[in-house]
Amino acid sequence: MSSEIVTTDAVIVGAGPCGLFAVFELGLLDIRCEVIDILDRPGGQCAELYPEKPIYDIPALPYVTGQELVDRLLQQIKPFKAGFHFNQMVTEFRKTEAGDFELKTDGGLTFRAKLVVIAAGGGSFQPKKPPIPGIEGYESKSVFYSVKKMQTFSGKDILIVGGGDSALDWTLNLQPVARSLTLLHRRDDFRAAPDSVNKMRSLVAEGKMQFKLGQVTGLTGTGGYLQSVQVKGPEGAFDIAANTLLPFFGLTMKLGPVANWGINLHENLIPVDTAKFETSVPGLFAIGDINTYPGKLKLILSGFHEAALMAQEAFHIKNPGEKLLFQYTTSSSSLQKKLGVA
Amino acid sequence: MAKITYIQHNGTSQSVEAQAGMTVMEAAVKNLVPGIDADCGGACACATCHVFVNPEWLDRTGKRSDMEEDMLDFAFDVRDNSRLSCQIKVTDQLDGLVVQVPEKQF
Repeated sequence: MSSEIVTTDAVIVGAGPCGLFAVFELGLLDIRCEVIDILDRPGGQCAELYPEKPIYDIPALPYVTGQELVDRLLQQIKPFKAGFHFNQMVTEFRKTEAGDFELKTDGGLTFRAKLVVIAAGGGSFQPKKPPIPGIEGYESKSVFYSVKKMQTFSGKDILIVGGGDSALDWTLNLQPVARSLTLLHRRDDFRAAPDSVNKMRSLVAEGKMQFKLGQVTGLTGTGGYLQSVQVKGPEGAFDIAANTLLPFFGLTMKLGPVANWGINLHENLIPVDTAKFETSVPGLFAIGDINTYPGKLKLILSGFHEAALMAQEAFHIKNPGEKLLFQYTTSSSSLQKKLGVA
Repeated sequence: MAKITYIQHNGTSQSVEAQAGMTVMEAAVKNLVPGIDADCGGACACATCHVFVNPEWLDRTGKRSDMEEDMLDFAFDVRDNSRLSCQIKVTDQLDGLVVQVPEKQF
């Protein structure tokens, strides 16, 4: 990972619909943006939770799916050429002596910006941790919720649990490097891509890995090092010998490191004023589901409105003392130039 | 209207009046029943409204849909009577329904 510092006008934390529309509103005011998201693609909840599901309350779009809304937003903000940084969680946040913000991510990126917009929705998507008794004691030694480096798993006796794409993809990727690999799932049907399932079944037929039906009930090991996993199967309980466990049960939203950024919080939400959508820290804004104010509704359309008002104040932070002329995209040739349509 | 009883892992229970047409998840959230997280708001997209339907009610709550069956892969401790409560529509026939809330939704 590069250790160079990305310097920009605004950093937007969260690439959901509100974060994406913030790129548009800031872009119209010549504010350059870098967008950071923990997921591997833009769209936030719309892309992760309900890409195929219908949304009926976007103004002028009687029906739109989550993914289509994201695609349309990406098209709308294209002229502003924002930088996107995926698979990154902002872990450190501070205001520098110079008055700007410095953010660091778990992927080793550093950002410097005049202002920061938190558009993190329900928080950061993080892997679900199955509530198996004592599992915490094995985490990062024997139990992993994601694969950062393949070589960590080389020569291990691996048990992968789950039936989705992550479980199947990592089964196929880790099988060649593992000493042994077992896939455990609660049923003989998978929500993963059929092609991956077929490949997994071939490996089983060739005797290169095992597939078992059942659910994990307990773990046995010492000092954080796993020895075996207790399983409840359709025909009773059994053990699987494994020193590495990878449970893939999808993602859940957690507020995450934002809680440690020194911002006032109210029930895990960030209070803002309703003129500028600024937090208790000047220059730090919060829009969309993560903020709260009297009358707040967690609607995408509310987040869009919040982005527009936030951008007005952002302009004054970037251009102190300058007057902002309010313009319409329909009639302003200067805005149309920025949009690439004039 | 239907009375629905939610029994927590620790044995405490709470009964609420639910209107026909809403879901068992919505009735729980509206009445602040703990343990039903419903991260996705009822889109059958997250498996955090998992409940165990008391066996004598299973024929009246109906079967899981394919989508719900898929989504239950993301729940923990799935049993024969596991359902996602956002996928159970309240009807007058469900008056008296009893469901158990798992210890953790994740």
